[in-house]
Formats: sequence, C-alpha cells, structure tokens
Amino acid sequence: MKLNYRLYRAIKNNLFTSLIILSAILVLVPLFLIIKYVFVQGASSLNLSFFTELPKPVGEIGGGMKHAILGTIYIVLLGALIAVPIGVTCGVYLCEFSKSKLSKTLKLCVDLMSGIPSIVIGIFAYLMVVVPLKSFSALAGGVALSIIMLPIIIKTSEEILKLVPNHIREAGLALGLPRWKVILFIILKGSLSNLLTGIILAISRAAGETAPLLFTAFGNMYLSFNMKEPMATLPVQIYTYAISPFKDWQRQAWAGAFVLMVLILSMNLFARYILTKMKDKKGY
Amino acid sequence: MIKLNSKTQDAVLFYVLRFISLLVIGLLLFIIFVLLKAAGPAIKLNGLSFIVRKEWNPVEDQYGALPFIFGTLITSFVAVLIATPISIFVALFISEYLPKSISRVISLMVEMVAAIPSIVFGLWGIFYLSPLMKSTIAPFLKSTLGFLPLFDGPSFGIGILTASLVLSIMIVPTISSICRSVFELIPQHQKEASFALGSTKYEMIKMAVLTPSISGISSAVVLGLGRALGETMAVTMLIGNSPIISKSLFSPAATMASVMANEYTDANNPLHVSSLCYLALLLFFITFLSNLFAKSIVKNFSKIG
Repeated sequence: MKLNYRLYRAIKNNLFTSLIILSAILVLVPLFLIIKYVFVQGASSLNLSFFTELPKPVGEIGGGMKHAILGTIYIVLLGALIAVPIGVTCGVYLCEFSKSKLSKTLKLCVDLMSGIPSIVIGIFAYLMVVVPLKSFSALAGGVALSIIMLPIIIKTSEEILKLVPNHIREAGLALGLPRWKVILFIILKGSLSNLLTGIILAISRAAGETAPLLFTAFGNMYLSFNMKEPMATLPVQIYTYAISPFKDWQRQAWAGAFVLMVLILSMNLFARYILTKMKDKKGY
Repeated sequence: MIKLNSKTQDAVLFYVLRFISLLVIGLLLFIIFVLLKAAGPAIKLNGLSFIVRKEWNPVEDQYGALPFIFGTLITSFVAVLIATPISIFVALFISEYLPKSISRVISLMVEMVAAIPSIVFGLWGIFYLSPLMKSTIAPFLKSTLGFLPLFDGPSFGIGILTASLVLSIMIVPTISSICRSVFELIPQHQKEASFALGSTKYEMIKMAVLTPSISGISSAVVLGLGRALGETMAVTMLIGNSPIISKSLFSPAATMASVMANEYTDANNPLHVSSLCYLALLLFFITFLSNLFAKSIVKNFSKIG
C-alpha cells in the first residue's frame, strides 16, 4: 500500500515533468519557426533596388522602399526629439523625488499610458494635429510616436538613474554643489550612455508601430522630407503592400518586414546587452 | 544679472521638474478630454445604448458597438485561454528545469518575440497561418470537435480563431516573462524546505512555487489580456472585418481596433467619425480598467509578501 502510493507520486511527478517539457518545446519550436519563416521569406525577397529605388507605378515589377525607410527614420527621430527631453526629465523627477505624492501619481499615469492601445493614440494625434493643419503630416506621426515612446523612456531612465549609488550624490552635495548641479553634471552626465540605451529601446518599439501612423503620417509613393506633408513609413508601406493583390508588392512586403525586423531586433538586442551588463556591474 | 543663491537655484529646478511631470499627467487627462469631445455628438445621439446596439451601417447612419465589443472580447479571451497555460509552463520550464546558462539565452529569445512588430505577425498570419488554417487546422477541428457550435460552418482561413492564435503567440512572451520574474521572487529556502519534507519536484512546484505566485500569475494574465485587447494591426489583417456576431470561431468578425484602422481615414460623415471616436474612448477605458485591475492585484500581492 505504502509502496503503491510512492509509485503513484513518482508517476505523477514524471508525467508533470514530461508535460512541461513537451509543452515548452511545443511553444518554443513554432515560435522560432515563425522567426525563421519571416527571415527566409524576407531575405529571399530582398534585393539592392529595394533600398535604392522608389515604388514603380501599379502593375510594373520592381522598385523599392527607399522613401519608406528614410521616412521611418525621419518620423521616429522627430518623435524622439519630442519625447526624450520630457521623458528624461520625468525620469529624473521620479528618481530624485520618489517619495512625493506627485511622483506616485506620475508613476501610475506612466503605467496607464503605456497601456493605451496605439490606435487610440493615433486617433488622438489625428484630432490634435491633422485636423487643425487640415492635412496628414509627418509631424502628426511624430507626435503619435512620441506619446508611445514617452512612458518607455520615463520608466527606463528612472531605473537607470536609480542605479547611481547614493554616496556619489552625497559626495557631490558634500562638496557644496547645489542639487541641480549634482543632478545635471554628476548623475545625468555619468549615466549618459546608459540613458541612451533606454532611448534606443523606446525607438525600437516606436519604429515598428503601424496603427498610430495609419491616419497621421498616412504614407505616399515618393520621397518627401516635408514635415507638413504625408510621409511613407516602413510599417504602413508593408501593410499597404501586404493586403494588395499584386504578387510583386507582396514580395516587397516581405522584404520590408525583414528589414524592419533586423533593424528592430538588433537595436533591441544591443540595448538589452548594455543594460544587463550595467546591472551586473551595479554601480561604479 | 541676478545672482541666485543655491537654495533658490534648487527651488527652480524642483519646480521645473514638477511642472514637466504635471505636464505628462495632464497629457493623459487631455487625451481623455479630446476623445470625449470628439465622441460628443455620438454620445449625445446614442448614449449608452451605443454599447448594446447591434447595427453598424455608416451608409444609413446606424451605429452600434456591440459587434466590435464582442469581437474584441472574444478574440482576446480565446487568446488568453490559449496563452495562459502555455506561458506558465514555459516560465516554469525556463526557471525550474533549465540550467542557468541555457535559461538566460532561451528567455532572451522569448522576450525578443515580444519586440517583433505586430505588422510582421500579421504578414505571417496572412501568408502562412491562414492557408494552414483553411487546409489543415479547421478540417481537423471539425472532424474531432465538430459537434460543438464553436466549430460550426466553413473556415475561410481568416476569422476569429486565426486572429486569436496569432494574438496568443504575441502575448506568450509578455505573460511568461512576468511569470518568470514572479517565480524568481520565491526564496530558495522555501523550495528547499519543500524538498526536505520529501516532496517530489511536481509537489514542490505546486506547493512552493505556484501557490504563493497565484496573484502574480493573475496579474500577468490580466496584463497579457490588456495587450491583446488593444492589439490592432495583426488582428485587422486576420479577422475578416465584418461586423457580425456569430457562435462559430471560424466566422469572420471585427474588433474595436480593427474597425478604427479600417474606417477612420475614409469616414466623411461627421457622425461616423464621432462614433469611431466613441469606440476609441470605450477601448481606452476597457484597457484602462484591465491595467488598473492588474496593478491592484500586484499591490495586494506585495502587501502580503
């Protein structure tokens, strides 16, 4: 009887172990198959003209997405230009005055803001920028992306600044420096490269967003660097091409997805690598 | 030039930081205000009955949100239903079964999946999953579970189930990485105590890891749900975009986010635009509530722990 019970427990244990391993394999393998599928499809659709040419008229084969690649870079940088100063400032506030009531409210707001669906942010940017200017514009796209980046930048910069050990702050204050000088010239200057990784993380997230750009930057078929005009972006261009019936456009959508993925994953990996290295070191 | 002493300088800094922080808090309120204002005409016309009306026909100025709320909720719930057990198992596998060096690499790879843009998932869904659904998965489900109303009718490849499957792949990394960090909070001695009492690994995991993590796991699930509710592009590309309510998971549907993505640029009628903004407001509040809920779980959790 006692032996039977022990056997029963052992069997249950083994069953559970095999179930876990099996299900983990069942998830991880398809997950990597997806990535492989996208990479293979994308890499085989890629050619040089994809990077150097503009789209050809409908029906003609060939052409590329040069305008969309440059447009994505333009709009993402525009968004970063708005979000970075505000985000880092809020990060400083959260880190340096973390006990105040306002900073608790801000933290809650940041969490809730990062949960807003990106399409809703798109509608907000449409109402705020597109309606008054009466035209789809790169500026509206930049505003939408900046709202997406903001919570990420605030959170990462707060975390990064918190890693600066307290004795460094105190050393600065002990020298008789006012607090703003300690923050600006010791804490911020010392964490500059780490702050940059947080910003890269935010940029990598924003670069892949499609929904908020659909009715802000909108997209076009030629090269444009005018902030007040519609501008093509890689994600929106992929979307337009993917749902089109033309084989060659679908091929280009794959190529676009490949470029976008390589861009985003490499930025993301780079940022994570630096962040984990920094956290391992913990302090200076 | 006025020379400020360092105390005033610090006060200036403090107020500048405070001002910018207030600005960000204000932005959140401003977003709500702008959406509320844009949705005004639709709210005035339909009020709360907007939520329960089934008709969505911009040509005849009929606007009801029920099909979209239904689509959003069903796709998200099915996705969470699929993703939750899988994510927990993956998290357990990574944190309890793998040696540390391998687990680091694998968890990084899982988290990388979370960084893949949703448009790429949508693309994969259109060209890989939806043909596979039509040719293999749907016939298989029909032949084994076809007696259920859930698997009624023909599958066109795109539809609720396809969208939910892609969504579940997208939220697995979110849920499993939070679960993993919750499991890592369990003190080592607690696990060892369980082993010392003679439990098998299964019993140890059940008693020492899963039971104390219940609230952490639930908040991870709710956060995953929040991500699924707001997901736009992948769903828009895979759900078929027709505002109908059907029992079958094979049937096409539309979600709140997908109808916004599809119709917002083409909407000329002011009432149509306003109704879409009303939908945006509703979606905003649904995700808002689910995130708030997840946070409150974490708060209660940290009080106990």
